[in-house]
Amino acid sequence: MSTLTTAPQPTRKPPPEDPKSLLPKKLGRARPLFDPEIVHRATRASFTKLNPITLMKNPVMFVVEVGAALTTVFLLRDLITGAGGIGFSIQITLWLWFTVLFANFAEAMAEARGKAQADTLRKTKTDVLAKRLTSNGKIDQVPGSALRAGDVVQCEAGDLIPGDGEVIEGIATVDESVITGESAPVIRESGGDRSAVTGGTKVLSDQIKIRITSNPGETFLDRMIALVEGAERQKTPNEIALNILIAGLTIIFLLAVITLQPYSVFSVAQAGSGAVPSVAVLVSLLVCLIPTTIGGLLSAIGIAGMDRVMQHNVLAMSGKAVEAAGDVNSLLLDKTGTITLGNRQAVEFLTIDGVTVRELADAAQLASLADETPEGRSIVVLAKSRYGLRGRHIPEREAKFIPFSAYTRMSGVDFEGRQLRKGATDAVCAFVAERGGDVPGYIQDMSDRISRQGGTPLAVADGNRLLGVIHLKDIVKGGMKERLAQLRLMGIRTVMITGDNPLTAAAIAAEAGVDDFLAQATPKDKLEYIKKEQVAGRLVAMTGDGTNDAPALAQADVGVAMNTGTMAAKEAGNMVDLDSNPTKLIEIVAIGKQLLITRGALTTFSIANDVAKYFAIIPAMFMATYPTLARLNIMGLHTPQSAVLAAVIFNALIIIALVPLALRGVKYRPLNAASLLRRNLLIYGIGGIIAPFPGIWLIDQLLVLFRLA
Amino acid sequence: MREEVEQRWTQYTASLLSFSIFGFVLVYLLQRAQAILPFNPQNFSAANVTPDSAFNTAVSFTTNTNWQSYVPEVTLGYFVEMAALTVQNFASAAAGIAVAIALVRGFARQEKQTIGNFWVDVTRATVYVLLPICIVGALFLCSQGVIQNLKPYTTVTTVEGGKQTIAQGPVASQEIIKELGTNGGGFFNANSSHPFENPTPITNLFEMLLIFVISAGLTYTFGRMVGDTRQGWAVFAAMSVMFFIGVFVAYGFEQSGNPILAQLGIQTEATSGQAGGNMEGKEVRFGIANSALFATVTTDASCGAVNSMHDSYTPIGGLVPLFNIMTGEVIFGGTGAGLYGILLYCIVAVFIAGLMVGRTPEYLGKKIEQKEVKMAMLAIVFTAASILVFTGISSVIDFPAKGYWNPQGAATANINNSGPHGLSEILYAYTSGTGNNGSAFAGISANTPWYNLTIGLAMLIGRFLFLIPLLAVAGSLAAKKKVPFTSGTFPTHGPLFVGLLVGTVLIVGALTFFPALSLSPIIEHYLMHSGKLF
Repeated sequence: MSTLTTAPQPTRKPPPEDPKSLLPKKLGRARPLFDPEIVHRATRASFTKLNPITLMKNPVMFVVEVGAALTTVFLLRDLITGAGGIGFSIQITLWLWFTVLFANFAEAMAEARGKAQADTLRKTKTDVLAKRLTSNGKIDQVPGSALRAGDVVQCEAGDLIPGDGEVIEGIATVDESVITGESAPVIRESGGDRSAVTGGTKVLSDQIKIRITSNPGETFLDRMIALVEGAERQKTPNEIALNILIAGLTIIFLLAVITLQPYSVFSVAQAGSGAVPSVAVLVSLLVCLIPTTIGGLLSAIGIAGMDRVMQHNVLAMSGKAVEAAGDVNSLLLDKTGTITLGNRQAVEFLTIDGVTVRELADAAQLASLADETPEGRSIVVLAKSRYGLRGRHIPEREAKFIPFSAYTRMSGVDFEGRQLRKGATDAVCAFVAERGGDVPGYIQDMSDRISRQGGTPLAVADGNRLLGVIHLKDIVKGGMKERLAQLRLMGIRTVMITGDNPLTAAAIAAEAGVDDFLAQATPKDKLEYIKKEQVAGRLVAMTGDGTNDAPALAQADVGVAMNTGTMAAKEAGNMVDLDSNPTKLIEIVAIGKQLLITRGALTTFSIANDVAKYFAIIPAMFMATYPTLARLNIMGLHTPQSAVLAAVIFNALIIIALVPLALRGVKYRPLNAASLLRRNLLIYGIGGIIAPFPGIWLIDQLLVLFRLA
Repeated sequence: MREEVEQRWTQYTASLLSFSIFGFVLVYLLQRAQAILPFNPQNFSAANVTPDSAFNTAVSFTTNTNWQSYVPEVTLGYFVEMAALTVQNFASAAAGIAVAIALVRGFARQEKQTIGNFWVDVTRATVYVLLPICIVGALFLCSQGVIQNLKPYTTVTTVEGGKQTIAQGPVASQEIIKELGTNGGGFFNANSSHPFENPTPITNLFEMLLIFVISAGLTYTFGRMVGDTRQGWAVFAAMSVMFFIGVFVAYGFEQSGNPILAQLGIQTEATSGQAGGNMEGKEVRFGIANSALFATVTTDASCGAVNSMHDSYTPIGGLVPLFNIMTGEVIFGGTGAGLYGILLYCIVAVFIAGLMVGRTPEYLGKKIEQKEVKMAMLAIVFTAASILVFTGISSVIDFPAKGYWNPQGAATANINNSGPHGLSEILYAYTSGTGNNGSAFAGISANTPWYNLTIGLAMLIGRFLFLIPLLAVAGSLAAKKKVPFTSGTFPTHGPLFVGLLVGTVLIVGALTFFPALSLSPIIEHYLMHSGKLF
């Protein structure tokens, strides 16, 4: 059995802040946008997606396909009968088909990126022989795929863990780079919050027993593959609503174009000249008017949004969660590791009367030997560096370590008949008083003084004797204040969650600039706080890792579980952060907002585009009936044919041109809603009205130059 | 009828429908039975009102449209005018107010299943709002010379020695609610250009104010009810902007007149002795400015009273009233209908642009989701379909001459003008019906079974298939929680939102109707400038 020592241990690596460094190599996510392999895959898929049964799910593109088929039929008829104007009909028909293909390509591009990642993941999913423990303690070799939830397996150094599970015995270092992309090994041990192991990861040292928690096909890796592949993709609520809007617009334009036929019959009869527009021209007008831009890119935007979340090494269990992230009103941020640096440092021992500093330091060090938190280690280190107390080995069988719990808010050791405790001042005082010890009144003043400086007081007791207080200093992360200010500008309240007492919490809250804080928070308090916020109509996001956090994670609208956390936490949340970096919640919110902005921007752009297309096509349609209608041809397009073709080509090309924007997302700036709206309305609304005029004009010039129309 | 007994949106709708159906049946029967009714000094009989005309009129007055395919002073007796038409003028306006208030409750309430009680709302609207204003207002109109009697028509000898019959009747009592309730059905065929309906410049101004007063006032009610008057002012501002655009365009084109006349050397500039511009179809008493203003007001609000003939406007001058109705009657709009119409556009505007602030869209703290978008789109699609499809059919359909449906033969035979202007006349008729406006472009003989039936259907679609989806929205919104307002919320009270709302209304209208309009008033305008008239 291993012993716990104060020997330097690998400290938990501070989470990387630069998103680029988050890109793991093995998932191949650093691919450029138009990676040849992905483009190749997507091109093939754009043709298979022409199947009308699958295309029916996208009403806008389905209408385009029907229109394209219709013009093809009329083209064939004209070819057989040898009617004139074939060149024009051929080009229109081709460009209509291109429009459908381009939209398919956009969706396929977004999907192909996920599929490529899934393939990489699938390669790691090799079936292994598992050492299953039978009820009489013997080892039974079975294939990993035969394991069921509840089975117990044994893994030794060098073994691949055969399935998801909880360590029930032992401690081991595990290489989880398959999942996280992080090559540094992590420790997994029975009990506590670091007991979860994932199938496909590798044990590097020692031996552990694992209780399998998932059946084959339902493992974390399986779910991850399904998620990146988009197999379980369901339309999100906002996407459905937007689909209804564009389907409604499509019906309106369908009516406008269909009824144009009788109007032109009447007009031609009245004017006594010209002809009723051909089917190809009417279909062209329809395709130009219906919102093909957003219709073609909508699902790509959604898939790309999930992909972007994944590029941040976060697994979103549903697109709905990403969408909800954009709507979040309140962010519950854990103080430690998110707002402050994870390693709170012990800086001072403050004794009560009649106790020497050395005595306090000694007790504090003993009580902290089993405490592997940065705080615990810093106490050991302070005792050593300032008072020369060497770290000692305590044989585990002679001592009983009392782990910290959110309910007792204390930890310590029972050793050689002594009960050494350290923890929250009121908890430790209560512990002393319970055993008949004296609690001097000024202990509270000492604690408060530390708290008011933003530090954390940690009282130390030896049985019924109160010894003093350790001053733990908290350091707010650099740049945190600015980020929290940005969040406020975005209309998001930040709430700091901490186990600290209210005074400490208030001091740090003020320093970091959060809007509210929840001090001495138990998991139940968190849950209550979330419910209270939700009753007031707010959407809440939080991170968590312990099993304790599971109810709150499940209750929150966006619950991000840390990958280092327990299985229960990962099951409860709707996202898992593979880097276990709680600060990332802020990025997730930004991605959610970016997704929604991209949708809104392209919808606005798509509708705004129609104005110019009317000015191109309507005069062209009726030039022969009413030559004076040429006054509406404000772009000065050459001929009716070139005008119609230019509009159709512009309409098709804009889809391809906007694929990168759909996949990358509109650039998000943390501004307040009013400035954001003004900015985006200017770019995508006014810009959307203006942009097609030069675009269509240019295409018309080229068509004439190359004698295509 | 108790205030505490609240109704879910479905019950509210059912009450509204039964109320309207009752009104419809009553108006139909009274018209058909007018021969046996009292106060009929001219002895008009059922033969004056064919079943299809009676259907059209009954639909027209219960839907707050007041499209009149008949000529009132030679068709209906005083009892029908008073008991059927004037009563419906009150009832349909009060129903409109009730629906608007129910929709506003949807925004104001949270986590409620009910949206109020229709019977309470409609009674309050009648007794507390419409009746008091009407009693005072009618007396004022009488003081200005509007008549109110039950006398037989008077026959007089004119200065030239000819005979002229002067129609009489209880005009003031109907005139006042005709404007206040944005009904618009005239007591006389000439409507508000008739001296007995609109005798003086003061009554002209007063009548225009009456048309706008309730719809404009409801925007403030809306603000008060949702607890933020700025929201109401924003809607008011958007309506005002669109109103002023319309007035200036219409006035500008009417005042500049017909270029062909100017080329012939005819004085078309205003001088001290004459109004100049395009005076065709306008009362000399009112001139260009008051006619263009009245035309804009009456089509912005779904009133439909007219003091000049829109058919005789210049193409663009006539486009303004037509397009005003095509916006869905939301520029102040009909009594109540204007408010619920503009709120529909608020929902659409917020849904499209609201995403651009990075949140799923919300208006007044209510999330705009699947159900709201679906209902809003249904309302827009139904009204667009009614206008476009009926116009499309009527511009090509052929009937046997002297047949039942359309004795004139083809449906296009009923129009008085050829070319694009003819299309405008058909388009205007169905637009006016669907928009529940009721003003006539004139120039079309619409009193045939075909037009009576189809315009009747258009009025029903425009009223009920617009209003029922919105009541569904009210029910859905009332059940929702309110999301608190933060700096990340889409602001819906500043100039930016006003601009967005105006843009949405104009662009949705323009995109839907541009092809149709380009073949009617727009081309007519260009043709006029190249010397061709219709």
